[in-house]
Amino acid sequence: MSSLTVPVSPSTASQDGIVLRGVSKHFGDHAAVREVDLDIARGEFFTMLGPSGSGKTTLLRLIAGFEVPDAGSISLRGVDVTSKPPYQRGVNTVFQDYALFPHFTVAGNVAYGLRVRKVARSERDSRVRAALEMVRMTEFADRKPAQLSGGQRQRVALARAIVNEPEVLLLDEPLGALDLKLRQEMQVELKRIQRQIGITFIYVTHDQEEALTMSDRLAVFRDGQIEQIGHPVDVYEHPATEFVAGFVGTSNVIMTQHGRAVLRPEKVELSTGPVSSDREGAAGHVADVAYLGMVTRYTVQLGDGRLITAVQQNRSTDGEHGRFAPGDVVTASWNVADAFPLKTTSATEIQ
Amino acid sequence: MKLSRFTRAGLATFAACVVFFLIAPLLVILLFAFDASNVQTFPIHHWTTSWFSVAWHDPAVRSALWLSVKAGVLATAIALILGTMVAFGIHRYRFFGRDTVSLLLVLPIALPGIVTGLALQSAFNLVGIPFSIYTIVIGHATFCIVVVFNNVVARLRRTSTSLMEASADLGASPLQTFRLVTLPTISTAVIAGGLLAFALSFDEVIVTTFTAGAQNTLPLWIFGAIRLGQQLPEVNAVVVGVVLLTLIPIAFAARMSSGEGTGRSTRSSI
Repeated sequence: MSSLTVPVSPSTASQDGIVLRGVSKHFGDHAAVREVDLDIARGEFFTMLGPSGSGKTTLLRLIAGFEVPDAGSISLRGVDVTSKPPYQRGVNTVFQDYALFPHFTVAGNVAYGLRVRKVARSERDSRVRAALEMVRMTEFADRKPAQLSGGQRQRVALARAIVNEPEVLLLDEPLGALDLKLRQEMQVELKRIQRQIGITFIYVTHDQEEALTMSDRLAVFRDGQIEQIGHPVDVYEHPATEFVAGFVGTSNVIMTQHGRAVLRPEKVELSTGPVSSDREGAAGHVADVAYLGMVTRYTVQLGDGRLITAVQQNRSTDGEHGRFAPGDVVTASWNVADAFPLKTTSATEIQ
Repeated sequence: MKLSRFTRAGLATFAACVVFFLIAPLLVILLFAFDASNVQTFPIHHWTTSWFSVAWHDPAVRSALWLSVKAGVLATAIALILGTMVAFGIHRYRFFGRDTVSLLLVLPIALPGIVTGLALQSAFNLVGIPFSIYTIVIGHATFCIVVVFNNVVARLRRTSTSLMEASADLGASPLQTFRLVTLPTISTAVIAGGLLAFALSFDEVIVTTFTAGAQNTLPLWIFGAIRLGQQLPEVNAVVVGVVLLTLIPIAFAARMSSGEGTGRSTRSSI
């Protein structure tokens, strides 16, 4: 499907990681997940990306064991866990609302999994200490969850899961409730922890930037199915369908001799001269200018009436928001190779 | 919305009037309980605490009090078990007739007590059950269950289900989850429901009249004594005792269900 190397091949995944075959789940008449096949390798940071209602959270809950699939099978390191309850699977979950036990302290929350599994007191204590150290919450060990900030609760929820040394950690929009600054901090933190303990992370988010930043591989979900799966660069630069192109980043869909193609706004260059021979392009006028700090986004109306979006970096600090103003006559041009041809129909339309 | 000073003063006065209107009759009884005279007139000339001693040593009052406490404790115990169980059933499972069951549960409180009482009396007579403390307990349990059910189901609704999922996810068996997570989460609601149920049972008159037979609970003794009109000062002293015994559990229950509710942190973080 792509020229880029996918870090893990499915054959090793089926030995060691998670294998889903034909997994479906219905709620009443609604098909939340439809015949999903998926291989996730051991140690991979795998992201399930999609709009709300696309089935990504349901799939996560199926892997955790909170839901039982109507059809298909789920296996973990070669063991079929399809009908096993959550407490008999080697997976742990970080919940969107953290789900910390309000009547236990931070240390009590983190110790919970070891306690119910009857791990000896001394070992329990040292593992709890190590887990709290890893998320940098050691000095909060005796607090109750109600006395913590959102970011701190997030860290405790993470420690409570990883202290059990699960084979797979499931994260359900774990950063969704945090503000931007804290989110970015936690993104780095999560990656550090994942590298450090080397376990598989399955990460659910609707934030495409988060997915691109953190993942080894990501799957884009739509209507209960996987629309595209691959390396972040692959998915961004070579979206398989118009839906993926629109959901992961913004994009222009243009017509070429070979049919419809995706053209990312940052690949479009605006100039005043004619289109050079090695490039494609068209003349038009600037319809809208949006200054976004790092970049400026132009909407250009081409001669035939179509709109095209171009993003240009703001490289100078001369105070002008860019070189063009609304109404300016410009030429929008791009490398022929940067326009990536789309399949004529999306995966779901084929059905 | 900011209120003007004048409006605020007006509202405060009105609120004070309402509170006075509700409390004043109770104060009258409280005062007359300390009136040395047999005939209640205002102002009170001679003060005494002897009526409390008279009431305490009256064997009729004692046996009535004992019966009320026993009936209240038994009815509360039944309500705690059945009310909590039904709350879990209604909260956790979707089944045919679920809404009907919810409605039927609340019916004993919604229906006039006289209807419940009469219905129970007829039923006991029909089946041939003699009136005893147990018929009183059954009568009281009908409305005590509602109070426990309401408290527990409200707490369950406020508790995020992800708490139970998190427990299972961390390896706890269903029994461990119930003991370590579910029970601590609902415990204050259960206790508050129990205290309210006891208070309700302790001062119930109407249903009791129909199910007590020849025995007297404390409220029934008060009712009878007032009708005879011969022991009014003693009645006042008993009433003060009943008010205190009822208020204490209600105050505790109110504190438990409003204040230290568990599951708070998870709710505020959503």
